[in-house]
This record gives sequence, structure tokens and C-alpha cells, in this order.
Amino acid sequence: MIRVQREDFDVGVEVAAFSAGDAGVGAICTFVGLVRGGDGNGVTAMTLDHYPGMTERQMAAIESEARSRWPLSDVLVIHRFGRLEAGARIVLVATASAHREAAFQACQFLMDWLKTRAPFWKLEHTPGGDRWVEAKASDDALAERWDG
Amino acid sequence: MKVLYFAWLRTRIGLGEEEVTPPAGIADVAGLIAWLKERSPGHQTAFADLRAVRVAVNQDHVGFDHPVAAGDEVAFFPPVTGG
Repeated sequence: MIRVQREDFDVGVEVAAFSAGDAGVGAICTFVGLVRGGDGNGVTAMTLDHYPGMTERQMAAIESEARSRWPLSDVLVIHRFGRLEAGARIVLVATASAHREAAFQACQFLMDWLKTRAPFWKLEHTPGGDRWVEAKASDDALAERWDG
Repeated sequence: MKVLYFAWLRTRIGLGEEEVTPPAGIADVAGLIAWLKERSPGHQTAFADLRAVRVAVNQDHVGFDHPVAAGDEVAFFPPVTGG
């Protein structure tokens, strides 16, 4: 399931509800991404811009790809948009499978593909002004490791 | 044809969205960009370095040689930075 929302989410509540009642699930892997501040980057907050419609479409395609590559019982991706303060949650990815290896790998794959394909853009707010975050070649490299 | 701009392309152009009717003969994304650049100095600046620009036609990532036609939704944006 894909959710694109402005509101925060409660990781505990989401994970407890995720795959509840599916006795075949033996492993759940989760990733939570936060707005990083306080390491000298001067970021006090950021605003996430996105492309409504295409975002959901691309994220659904990424979920389908993960399900075709690993035996997953369930997938949950929540991605927020709008203004987020330093420390705020941005994204939650959860994967459920019978065994841990598929859950771990699919979780990493979903994040790697999401970072290079889902149409979101981060505008950082700092005391010195606003700046658009530039895409990193290292993120492209991480996504490409899942090719072929 | 609906054209959308995101992130710094929207800031430079000063528009998030515009409805355009390119002349016959504009058949692909590259042709559309060349035509859009003539619309304002902001368009000119936004499309100055195409290495920093990505495009989607009807919400799918495509290359600059992808065809465009009346009724398409074409979006221009920088490389994505979500997650």
C-alpha cells in the first residue's frame, strides 16, 4: 500500500497494524527517514514538493517491482510532503515476508528506487536562505546495483 | 497540451503550470523545449542547462526524444530528491 500525505504517521501504530492477522509472516523490516539537521548543515526545516498523481503512480510501480522480485506478504510506503521541521519523519517503508532476507532486501530496494524515481524535491530552509537539494550520484549508484 | 514545472524550474519560470498550443512540427520533447524557451527570459534560464532537467510525459519518466502531442501532460523538473 502506498500513502502520500501531509500528516505525520505513528511508526508503532503503523507497524502493529501492518500484516496483522497474516500467520505466514515471519519477518517485518522497516525504514524511517527523518529530516536531518544539527550536523552543521544549518537546516532548520525543509519543504517537500511533489507531483500529485505521478508520485502515486511511480510509487505503485516501485511496489509492484519489489513484489515481483521478492516473496512479500505485504508492503507499506508512507511518504510525506509539505513543510517538515528538523527531526520530523519523512518516509516509512515496511516489508513483510516469511523470512528476513526478502524483507531486508526489498526494504532497501524500495528506498533506493524511491530516491531516484519518485517525483519529490526537497527545499532546505536555513538561516542563510532556502536551497533546493541536489540529487546525489551516490543515490544513482545505490539504485543501479539492483539492475540486471 | 498541459506543461508542468516543479522545484527550481517553477521558481525560475514563475509558473507551476501552463496550457500551451505548440505549432505543428513540434513532435518531441526536445522540440517542445526549444519552443518553450522563446516564451520568456525565465523559460530561457530554466532550460539553459538540460543536463539538470528531467521530463515526464503523461506521468512516466521519458527521454528528450520522446514524442509529444496535443492533449499530453508534460512535466519538467530537476533530478528527484525524495526519500
